[in-house]
Amino acid sequence: MFKNRLLFIFLLLLPIVGKAELTVEVVGGAAQQIPIAIVPFAPPPGSAAIQQDNVTNVISADLRMSGLFRVLETRGVATQPHTISEVKYSDWTSIQAQALTIGTVETLPGNRLKISFRLLDVLKQNQLLAMEFNITQAQQRATAHRIADMIYEKLTGEKGVFATRITYVNKENGRYSLQVADADGFNAQTVVSSKEPLISPSWSPDGTKLAYVSFEKKKPVIFVQSLVSGQRIVLANFKGNNSAPAWSPDGTKLAIVLTYSANSQIYVINSDGTGLQQVSFSNGIDTEPEWSPDGSSMYFTSNRGGGPQIYRMPASGGDAKRVTFEGSYNVSPHVSTDGKLLTFIKQTPAGFKVAVQDLATGQVQTLSDTTQDESPSFAPNGRMILYATNVGGKGTLAAVSVDGRVKQRLKDSGGDVREPSWGSAIN
Amino acid sequence: MKKSLLMSVLLAATLAACSNNAVKDKPAAPVVDNSTSTQSQSNAAVNAKEGASTSGADSNGASGNPLKDPNNILSKRSIYFDFDKDQVKAEYRPLVEAHAKYLVANPNAKVVLQGSADNRGSREYNLSLGQRRSVAVKKAVNVLGAQDKQIETVSYGEEKAADCKDEACYQKDRRVDIVYEND
Repeated sequence: MFKNRLLFIFLLLLPIVGKAELTVEVVGGAAQQIPIAIVPFAPPPGSAAIQQDNVTNVISADLRMSGLFRVLETRGVATQPHTISEVKYSDWTSIQAQALTIGTVETLPGNRLKISFRLLDVLKQNQLLAMEFNITQAQQRATAHRIADMIYEKLTGEKGVFATRITYVNKENGRYSLQVADADGFNAQTVVSSKEPLISPSWSPDGTKLAYVSFEKKKPVIFVQSLVSGQRIVLANFKGNNSAPAWSPDGTKLAIVLTYSANSQIYVINSDGTGLQQVSFSNGIDTEPEWSPDGSSMYFTSNRGGGPQIYRMPASGGDAKRVTFEGSYNVSPHVSTDGKLLTFIKQTPAGFKVAVQDLATGQVQTLSDTTQDESPSFAPNGRMILYATNVGGKGTLAAVSVDGRVKQRLKDSGGDVREPSWGSAIN
Repeated sequence: MKKSLLMSVLLAATLAACSNNAVKDKPAAPVVDNSTSTQSQSNAAVNAKEGASTSGADSNGASGNPLKDPNNILSKRSIYFDFDKDQVKAEYRPLVEAHAKYLVANPNAKVVLQGSADNRGSREYNLSLGQRRSVAVKKAVNVLGAQDKQIETVSYGEEKAADCKDEACYQKDRRVDIVYEND
């Protein structure tokens, strides 16, 4: 009965650079920020000058954006070291730096660059990290993000997320476009664009594909598109609505929502569009499925008990247990990669806000200072939650740390931005 | 003869709807007394039985097409809902009944019921809620005799919602629109 049609559509729209880019603004910060000095990288003595040093600017912006670092002004410091022998630690203790980053950048034949950097502990006067990269000019930003990730991990003990990507939908001049950008908002590329709405993008676990819902056929239909080739397939175009795709952690299946039986219910389908199976059976709305990181269970939104609440059931279907109990409206569940925290949107007297629940204790904390929040998703390291909100009548992306202390606004130059999702690390 | 009867019945039904439905959809609606509207309910039922004979004129798109008559309740196409609810409120019974009767009388007529939600909360949940709303209207129309093949339900969720900031605006987005094919 469910005959699957796999339509291979070769998009002419291979990734093109979008005009609008996001810029990140940080509001608030951790209680104790690590003071770090980053000396602009320079060519080593006797080597040719380079065109431009974007690397240290990107590292500084990344660390500042995290809210966990205070990036110190280095101009005016007597010594500007690039190699370990040039470091005079007293210059850095005098500006209260705890960590110091130095490095060189050198032009190689074939339009390549050699970047070497070191991270130093100013107080202990020793080296924490040293690394060398041989890259193309085009890899400068990506390399800077990797260096920032290494510094972040060494000094905080957590994995960094600067070398990851996000996806979101931009609505501008009556057109919707699904974008993929670096976590700092740069390198935005259009994946697909349409006159009709695009919603619910979901990253494949390996970061090479996006599943999303497009209304281009005048009703919601789910597509899966390769970010490498731009090629896409119709994953689900059954009678009624096809929506809310979510990849299984192993990338072989997706949970989707169909209204085949008039009511939104959850189904599982193979990533090539075969093998459809219904897994939720209720008389209410069941939607927004989200797999647990081990793939054994599924979180989802259901109004089976009256208002919408979040439930958990075995991934193959079966008894559902209610997970959220505070308030009358809790939707859009997303689980942290360690499986310990659940983020969702909670209706409060002050509006719709990002909340986080400790799944072991059930304790709930409302995190955001915005009031029209939607679509929360964890950063791969579980520290920040990216979400959509509305500021001044315009759709905006924002992020908040799980302790609520660090708040970021991702400002877009042009359109109405919504439906964000944080992906895995760039390969 | 039948035609003039039909017109007067439809006019009465329209007036009934205006009085039942307050004035929020139609600020210019005339004030009428309730005795007229009570009368119209039974007349409308008569119309449904005679419906087959009037369908020819309607489908020709003549000036008498009740769907295009701004004074006819059939020109009203939106049913509004409470927040996070999919029950069709009593005040919309006359509107639902009028469209059901039209569909019964015109078996070739087809409608799409487009469900929507206001822009608060989750887009996916609102997509499902819009669907529930359109299905709720479909059930109400089905019960009154309209056939499944005449009715399609779709949901736009909050995707067509206005840029609202207050309840007066939100409530206009929580609705089902009745859209006739070829209308």
